Amino acid sequence: MTTKSKSKSVKSKPTKKSKQESQVADFGRKTVRDEIVLSVKDLKTQFTTKYGTVKAVDGVSFDLKKGETLGIVGESGSGKSVTSLSLMRLVPQPPGEIVDGEVILNGRNLLELSEKEMTEVRGGEISLILQDPMTALNPCFSIENQVGEGISIHQGDKGKNLFEKVVDALKSVRIPAADQRAKDYPHQLSGGMRQRVVGAIGISSNPSVIIADEPTTSLDVTIQGAYLRLLKQIQEETGVGIIFITHDFGIVAKMCDRVAVMYAGRIVESADVRTIFNNPLHEYTKALIESVPKLEQKTGRLTQIKGQPPALWDLPEGDSFAPRSTLKFTEKDARVRPELVEVAKGHFVQLSRSSVKDFKKYAHLVDY
Amino acid sequence: MATKEVKNKKNIVPKELGCTTPTKDSIVQVRNLRKHYEVNKALSIFGKEILGKTDLLKAVDNVSFDVAKGKTFGLVGESGCGKTTTGKLILQLEKPTEGQIFFQGEDISKLSAAGMAEYRKSVQAVFQDPWASLNPRMRVKDIVGEPLQIATTMTKEQIAKRVGDLLEEVGLNEYQSNFYPHEFSGGQRQRIGIARALALNPKLIILDEPVSALDVSIRAQIMNLLVDLQNEHDLAFVLIAHNLATVRYMCHKTAVMYLGVIQEMGDTEAVFTNPQHIYTNALMSAALPSHPDIDRDEIVLPGEVVSPINPPDGDVFQTRTPMKVDQKHEYASTRPPLVQVGKKDHWVVKTPWSIADKDMKVKLEGK
Repeated sequence: MTTKSKSKSVKSKPTKKSKQESQVADFGRKTVRDEIVLSVKDLKTQFTTKYGTVKAVDGVSFDLKKGETLGIVGESGSGKSVTSLSLMRLVPQPPGEIVDGEVILNGRNLLELSEKEMTEVRGGEISLILQDPMTALNPCFSIENQVGEGISIHQGDKGKNLFEKVVDALKSVRIPAADQRAKDYPHQLSGGMRQRVVGAIGISSNPSVIIADEPTTSLDVTIQGAYLRLLKQIQEETGVGIIFITHDFGIVAKMCDRVAVMYAGRIVESADVRTIFNNPLHEYTKALIESVPKLEQKTGRLTQIKGQPPALWDLPEGDSFAPRSTLKFTEKDARVRPELVEVAKGHFVQLSRSSVKDFKKYAHLVDY
Repeated sequence: MATKEVKNKKNIVPKELGCTTPTKDSIVQVRNLRKHYEVNKALSIFGKEILGKTDLLKAVDNVSFDVAKGKTFGLVGESGCGKTTTGKLILQLEKPTEGQIFFQGEDISKLSAAGMAEYRKSVQAVFQDPWASLNPRMRVKDIVGEPLQIATTMTKEQIAKRVGDLLEEVGLNEYQSNFYPHEFSGGQRQRIGIARALALNPKLIILDEPVSALDVSIRAQIMNLLVDLQNEHDLAFVLIAHNLATVRYMCHKTAVMYLGVIQEMGDTEAVFTNPQHIYTNALMSAALPSHPDIDRDEIVLPGEVVSPINPPDGDVFQTRTPMKVDQKHEYASTRPPLVQVGKKDHWVVKTPWSIADKDMKVKLEGK
């Protein structure tokens, strides 16, 4: 990407935005409101292991607006799932510990709540949809039982009332014949239906934030499409903020308003979805996008990121992406620990000589 | 119906499928392959059902295709469409109910024991889950060396050397041959699986979802490795996948399966640029876009995936099509054949309710 094209896209940004607003049919990207529901500041989660301290999440900050979908993208081991567990305060302790940071949901810092208060928040104000519907549901309990558990805890319903609410929750995720399905056990449902049940548990108590941790990786293409559409519909109806944890840029392209790319426990780039696709600055973001074959055209040889993701207990000092970067840089450049800098409105990049090609253009923003 | 099947049996190469007569140029040719499983067996005496009725699960139902030397043949479809069973039939892990598989022009059911051993050497497999497909109690040298121990007369030293070479070839190091599988990451394990498949210099590898369990960035590495190995060794692949982008990237020919029947088949670019069947269009419309500005209208097929137990006698797609099905039409009760689209290498099941009209056609336009 040349400097030319970059300056162009920065200039054309305002027009793009207005175009965005005018596109009414634009898939789902019209629900964002300016109210911030979740604000994460400098979150740090560490694990003590026999290899040393693993900094799984190392200073992550982001905001989530009402009705917005934020995608957190990265390879396995980049810390995206630990981020989601930290938000729910579900990190196993020990060995894990949230050592620093703030998670402010609707004005309250979740990290300062007592365990009892947190139980009310979990599945109430903030809920988690897990990856694998086969393991997320207990095979010994009926659907009614599992969907009802959360509702009875958070809303205190019992008996007939509870059953009605369970059926409503199942209906809201478009499960046909919901009153009969409620009596079924997980093994009686197909994979897509099971994932919907997990979704029903997630939305049953009208949360402000849903964290969806790769909810569709085990589903077929058509079922995946239907499930994503359903999530968008629910978002339009309720204005819930969604955090999508994924490694698939296809899901990001289809679902997300904003994207944060994580690498080795830190966010290396974040911007709105079109900027990420049209004008990625960090080499890692570029490589991730280019390593996926495209359905829309015959793809030439795929770009592959050289090497493996680094071991988190043995991170290189300074820029952790430097060992895998293909740019030319000196050892001294790689040793500087890069900062996340706003290079254009809403576009943050971890600026370093070793992993941003156009570093010179933005060099005035940092003092290294 | 019965008479028709007998006719098909005689007619080894159905004209309508566009597959040429068995030749030595193709690695594997599949002809009228069927795999039916009996479920809910009836109680029967002397072959006569007296209590209940035996249901047939038609996993693969009359499938024919060619896999050319050094080329990749892709099988796509939703889970339960029979693509993995087709792979197992080629691997001889399952016995077909009916139909033939030709290996370099010879019917494998008529091969001698030695011929069969040769066939098993020439056809290898790489599986989806690199965590489940490697024995955690075996060292890498034993995993990769096992086929060599069984199928060749190589000495221990020769095997050790060959294993080292194989590991280098798939991008691992020779010293890692003493490691156990748990010491590797997912991508590296898949490389071990590929090294094992390559050990006996096969001519065909069945790749059953080889990258879907891997991270996106690792997928690119493995796909590039597979393409390189194919070019180097003139390998043929059968790629079983549900990700259409992967199929477009890897495959020379593609077949779309639904309920055990190939619905559309042909040159990959022909199928992707001009998809004919409603089902193919529906799959493509549901696939994830590669850019946020791409907004495809999704074609939603009514209902869920139909069970392959006792599928309709006629066109299997008639229960999912959004169009109206004329029950009096001959294809409502008999299987429609594949017909050629234009003059290209492109074939589709053509019935009044299976071809996408203008509104349903997906145009894959990219950035």
